[in-house]
Amino acid sequence: MKIILNNNVEEFEGDKLSVSRIMEIKKFTFKMLVVKLNGAIVYKNDFDTTLVQDGDNLTILHLISGG
Amino acid sequence: MTFNEIKAILKNKCVGIAGCGGLGSNVAVALARVGVGRLVIADFDVISESNLNRQYFFFDQIGFSKAEKLHENIARINPYTLVDAHSCVLDKENIPSLFRHCDVVVEAFDGADMKQMLIEVMTEKLHHIPVVAGNGMAGWGNNETIHETQYGNLYICGDNISEVNDNNPALAPRVGIVSHMQANVVLSILLSN
Repeated sequence: MKIILNNNVEEFEGDKLSVSRIMEIKKFTFKMLVVKLNGAIVYKNDFDTTLVQDGDNLTILHLISGG
Repeated sequence: MTFNEIKAILKNKCVGIAGCGGLGSNVAVALARVGVGRLVIADFDVISESNLNRQYFFFDQIGFSKAEKLHENIARINPYTLVDAHSCVLDKENIPSLFRHCDVVVEAFDGADMKQMLIEVMTEKLHHIPVVAGNGMAGWGNNETIHETQYGNLYICGDNISEVNDNNPALAPRVGIVSHMQANVVLSILLSN
């Protein structure tokens, strides 16, 4: 499947992958995250069950302290 | 556009600023200088001496509310900018009501957990309002790593890497760059409508 991940087109094997699985594949191990799937927030408790499919727009942001 | 034309547009605009520390105080001052008509500012904290290495406050303001003193400082720069100053802890409940009339909201918190909370609440409750966040600005040097990224209605300014710690503090120059980059994004949003 092809998705937009953080503004870039990326290809993954399979038709559907959970948010957790995509983070695993991309080796995203950040603590503080904002995850948006097609504009809607995905909360941490739903990372395992929220499925991403072809054409989806996924944003995974790592938030950093300081300001 | 001339500055008078710019001011004529900005005087009818309202910007929310969540946090009045290093990012928020400098964003607020920049937006007041160019003539934004109304600012809604909020911070629970009081000014401490350690804040003065980057925040728009003065030595004689130590111990006072950041939101209130920022209001005073703005009034000395541009009394035509109206300021709604709130000395309170921002949370999921009060963010939607405080910022619902704003044209843009600036995320200007210190902690990553608060940054996350604001972005999530704004996306859930006020998704039509653009959010301009600051992310990664500790230390010094490395100008070229600081940049702006847009994800739909969410704009992120910073290097997205540099976390604050004892050996990598937040300091006026890089915090100033990121806060002014945020103010610059706010301007481009307000002037494009």
